[in-house]
Amino acid sequence: MKHSTYDVVIIGGGPGGYAAALYCVRAGLSTLVLEKLSAGGQMATTTQVDNYPGFDEGIDGFELAEKMQRGAERFGAETEYAEVTALDLTAQPKRITTSAGDVFGRTVILATGASPRPLGIPDEDALRGRGVSYCATCDGMFFRGKTVVVAGGGNSAAEDALVLSKICKKVYLVHRRDTLRATKSYLAPLEKASNLEFVWNKQIDRLIAPDGQLTAIGMTDRVTGEVSTLETDGLFVAIGRVPDTALIAGQVELDEQGYIVADETTRTSVPGVFAVGDARTKPLRQIITAASDGATASKFVEEYLNQL
Amino acid sequence: MLTLTKENFEQEVLQSDRPVLVDFWAPWCVYCRRIAPVLDRMDGQSDVVIAKINIDEQPELAERFGVEVIPTFYLFQNGAHGDKLIAPGSQAQLEDWIAAQRG
Repeated sequence: MKHSTYDVVIIGGGPGGYAAALYCVRAGLSTLVLEKLSAGGQMATTTQVDNYPGFDEGIDGFELAEKMQRGAERFGAETEYAEVTALDLTAQPKRITTSAGDVFGRTVILATGASPRPLGIPDEDALRGRGVSYCATCDGMFFRGKTVVVAGGGNSAAEDALVLSKICKKVYLVHRRDTLRATKSYLAPLEKASNLEFVWNKQIDRLIAPDGQLTAIGMTDRVTGEVSTLETDGLFVAIGRVPDTALIAGQVELDEQGYIVADETTRTSVPGVFAVGDARTKPLRQIITAASDGATASKFVEEYLNQL
Repeated sequence: MLTLTKENFEQEVLQSDRPVLVDFWAPWCVYCRRIAPVLDRMDGQSDVVIAKINIDEQPELAERFGVEVIPTFYLFQNGAHGDKLIAPGSQAQLEDWIAAQRG
């Protein structure tokens, strides 16, 4: 980090974070992005992005992330690869404690994004890598010719089931309701996959792993209460996402799901603190809406700094 | 960055007098791609040798070390390794794990 205090410190280097960085730095503000891994966040794990305008053939999410980062850095935005471990958002300037030391921001933009939601059942964490996975495109190949379960009923579950149906012998899509929430474009290909079977109204509540390796899941029927088991080599959990907001709980108002409460201005409950992208309360979580938030945040960051 | 194969593994890892961080990865693993820039940054920054094994090209090594998901990391010291680390969420987590492995 070149400075100890920046006009804007952005936590998270996904599309929301780097769009905010681009707009802030072009507005003449000293801008630092803190990224714990590499640019892009969830977007960087999408190999083909077809719904971000301007790329008529689509674009690899990892590449788009690098482009967003370089686009912001071209105008002088800085990136520090560090993990934030503590925040004091009420101080002025606001103190951010990271794995690379402390840094101060006159304003802070929270662009922390979201992560896969765990099922929250016993042994789930211990069995990660021993049959339990959260990334079909990462780990699907290990289950070639085997039987797997996909848990969930939304777009990511539908997409995972399709990916796995091309690799695995048998795919069960286990959902706790009797219909999918996934958009219609997924339904026809899912029904065409001959090795895919829907399992409706089942809540997965047990992981059976006699030798520390998953062999079956235990389920309870949400209508009849019937308890059953399903033998499987792998379980892919795709039941949505949780916002990465644990660090700021208690400092900034969150809704009951943990999203940062902020309207279209991106202003949070704390003056000088803004929230963009998937971590913010909003009706549609997409790359383009995250980027849009970033641009909007810069306007209200400027407004706040002008009042200081 | 060192690329490991079953031919050079013995010499470059097991007989190395420096600690060797081994990353089991594959080109189709999207999370591995997110970690790759972290390894590029860490390469040459300490006495730890950073090495990669492409599990598609080196299935024997992946099997030998029980790699079931990727990215999986092992730290080899004096020819031996401790627990594996799977898909660390940050560079800091990877660095803390290396420090803990080294004692």
